[in-house]
Amino acid sequence: MYAIIDKQVIAPTITRFEIKAPFIARKRKAGNFVMVRVEEGGERIPLTIADGNAKEGTITLIVQAIGGTTKLLCSKNAGEMLLDVVGPLGNPTPIANHGVVACVGGGVGTAELYPIAKALAEAGNRVITIIGARSKDLVILESEMAACSDETFVTTDDGSYARKGFVTDQLKDILDSPRGVKAVYAIGPLPMMKAVSNLTRSYGVETLVSLNTIMVDGTGMCGGCRVTVSGQMKFACVDGPEFDGHAVDFDELMMRNRTYVDMEKISDEKHVCRLTGATRGVTS
Amino acid sequence: MSANNPLKPSQRMKIPRQESIEQAPGARSVNFLEVSYGFDEDRAIQESQRCLECKQPYCTDGCPVGIDIRGFIDLVVQKDYVGAVKKIREANYLPAICGRVCPQESQCESLCVMGKKLDPVAIGKLERFVADYEMKNNLFTPPVTAGRREEKVAIVGSGPSGLTCAAELAQKGYQVTIFEALHAVGGVLRYGIPEFRLPKEILDLETNRIKALGVEIYTNFVIGRTATIDELFNEWGFKAIFLGTGAGTPTFMGIPGESLSGVYSANEFLTRVNLMGAYKFPQNDTPIRIGKAVGVIGGGNTAMDAVRTSKRLGAEKAYLVYRRSREEMPAREEEIHHAEQEGIEFLLLTAPLRILGDRNSWVCGMECQKMELGEPDESGRRRPVPVKGSEFTLELQTVIEAIGQKPNPIIQATTPGLDTSKRGTVVTNEKQGTSRAGIFAGGDLSRGGATVILAMKDGKEAAAAIHEYLNPAG
Repeated sequence: MYAIIDKQVIAPTITRFEIKAPFIARKRKAGNFVMVRVEEGGERIPLTIADGNAKEGTITLIVQAIGGTTKLLCSKNAGEMLLDVVGPLGNPTPIANHGVVACVGGGVGTAELYPIAKALAEAGNRVITIIGARSKDLVILESEMAACSDETFVTTDDGSYARKGFVTDQLKDILDSPRGVKAVYAIGPLPMMKAVSNLTRSYGVETLVSLNTIMVDGTGMCGGCRVTVSGQMKFACVDGPEFDGHAVDFDELMMRNRTYVDMEKISDEKHVCRLTGATRGVTS
Repeated sequence: MSANNPLKPSQRMKIPRQESIEQAPGARSVNFLEVSYGFDEDRAIQESQRCLECKQPYCTDGCPVGIDIRGFIDLVVQKDYVGAVKKIREANYLPAICGRVCPQESQCESLCVMGKKLDPVAIGKLERFVADYEMKNNLFTPPVTAGRREEKVAIVGSGPSGLTCAAELAQKGYQVTIFEALHAVGGVLRYGIPEFRLPKEILDLETNRIKALGVEIYTNFVIGRTATIDELFNEWGFKAIFLGTGAGTPTFMGIPGESLSGVYSANEFLTRVNLMGAYKFPQNDTPIRIGKAVGVIGGGNTAMDAVRTSKRLGAEKAYLVYRRSREEMPAREEEIHHAEQEGIEFLLLTAPLRILGDRNSWVCGMECQKMELGEPDESGRRRPVPVKGSEFTLELQTVIEAIGQKPNPIIQATTPGLDTSKRGTVVTNEKQGTSRAGIFAGGDLSRGGATVILAMKDGKEAAAAIHEYLNPAG
C-alpha cells in the first residue's frame, strides 16, 4: 500500500499527488513512469512521474480525471492509500546539452514535461518552454516551468489567457526566429505531438515525443503498447516511452488507442455513480 | 509387493484407469470454474490399487523433480493421504499445482509399466487428489526447517522456479526474499494459466505455504528498475540471487495487420483475463474485447488456454490456427482433448498470411494458407510447407497470437557481466549458475519456454547449488 501524503487540485480536473514510495523515489529519473492500481478490481494505468523527493521518499503524480480510473484516483484524499504503485518504469529521457531546446507541453502533458525541462536546464541548455491548454484554468505548472526555463510562452485554444491558438503556432514563430533551437521535447495529446513533429520535420529539428498507449503491465509483458517506429514494432513501455517524433506512426497509434473507448465509458459511468458529487463537479 | 495392497498383479490389471470427474463440456465452455474436479476418494483408492509397485520404478525417472511415486501411491492405498502428500512435498513443494498442470502423459505416466499394454496409472490425478484432500480438510503442517542460517538470498520472480527455489532455501534455513514485478504472486501461474485450469484459490494457498516458511515477498518490485542486481548484492546484503523471471515478452509473427485493434498477444489477452479479471468487466475495470469469431494462432498450452478462454468470453466461433498437424502440437494431450470437447474448431496445417482490417482499423478477417508436412526441421518435427493456391480468408473480429514468448530483457540489460544467448535467454551451467558468481537462473529465463515442472526442477537444483555456493562444507 502506498500512502497519499498530500493532494492539491491544481486546475479543474487536474490533481497533484505526493505519494509515499521510497524505492521509486530513490531511483526515478525524468521520463520514467509508474503503473498504478487504485484499488482491488481496478485497472493498472501508466502515469508519468512529475517530480520526486528521494529524502522524503515521495513521488509526485499529476493526474487528469478523464476516465473511470483517473476519476477514482482523483477522488482519493491525503491519508488514503493506493493499492499498487510500481516503477520507475520506461527509459529515462536522454538528457544532453543541445544548446537551445524547446519544451512543448500540451494539457496535462506539461506535468510530464516538467522534470525533463528541469533536467535539460541543469544540463546547461537554454530552455524555451511552450505550455498549451484548452483554456486559462487548464494551464498548469506555469510558474514551475518558468523557474527552469529561459523563456516561457503560453497558448490557449480559446484565447482566454495569453496567446490564442495552438502550441504549434508559437513553436513555428520560435523556429523562424534566430534563437537556433536544436531539439524539441513535446509531450501532450497524440494529435498535438503529431502536429509538432510534422512542423519540426520541415525544419529538420530533432524531436522527442512521449507516447501514451494502451498498457497492462508496463514491463514488456503484454505488447498492448506496441507502436510502429521507423516501420519497426516497438513496445512503448520498455523501448520508450519516448521516441523520435519524426519516425512514429501517429495515425496507427491513435486508431489503436480507440480500442476500448465504449468500454471505458461503461467503467467511467460506474465510477462516477460510485463517487461523491465532487467528482461529478469536476467533470461537468 | 507391499502388504498394503491385497490385490494380485492380475487383479490390479483388471481395474480400469479411473476417469476424473469433470464439468460437462457444454456447461463449462461458458464459465470459468475448474474443468476437472479430479478423483473422489473411491476413485483414488481404485486407481492407487492399479500400481504394480515395480521394483524398478521407471515412473520416477520420468519425473523432473524425482518424486517417490511408488512410495506416495502406496500411502494412498493405505488411505494415508496426508502421508502421501508429505512424501510428494519432499521432492515438490507445489503438488496441488503440478497435479493440475504437469504433462504427465509425456513424463511419469509415459514410463509406467502398466501403460505398456494397458492405460498407465493416473499418477497426476492421484497427486492432485492427495493435495486437494489435505487442502479441503485443512491438514497442512509446514515441514520442519533446518536451523536458521544468516545468509540472505534474493529470488527474482515468483513463478514456479522462483517459488520452488524459495521453498527449498527457506527449508534449509536461509533468509529468503522474493521480488515480484506484478502486484500478485505466481508469475505465469497467475497471469498465464486460466482459472478453469488452475483456480487462483489453489495458487494463493500454495504461495501462502511458502510465506509460512518465513519467505518475505515484495510485490510491485521490478528488479533492474526499482533496484538493480548489483544493488541487491551491495546495498541490500544478499549473498546469492536466483533469477526466475520467465519468458514474459510476447513475440509477434511479423505479418501485416498486427497493429489493428482486436489483435492481441496471448500474453496480453491472458493477463487481462487472469491477472486483471477482465472476464468480470465491468465489475472489474480492465476491459477485454472479444469478437463473434476469434482466431488463436499457435499449438501450445498457451494457445489452448487462449482459445478456450475466448469461448468462455462468448465467442461463437473459436478457431485454433496451427501450421502443423495435431501430432506436432506441443500442448498437453488433456488440454487438446478438452478444447475439442468444448467445440473449439481446429484449423490444422494452416498458416496465417495477413490480418485484414476494416476502415476503422478493426480486425475483420485473416488470410490463411494451407500447409503440408515436408522434411523434419531442427526441432525434429516435420516442416510445414505452403500448398500453392490454397489461400483462403477467415472472417474474424479478434486475433490472438500464441506463437511463443522470450525472456524479458530488463535484468540482462541492467546487469553487467551476465551472459545471454542470441535468443535472449540467460546462459546457465549444469548447476544453474550463470556467468556471474552468486547469480543463478532457471525456468523459462534460461530455457526460453518450457513447462512449469521443468522450471520447478531448475529452481530446486539452483537451491542446491546456492546452498553449496554459500556453505561448501554443508
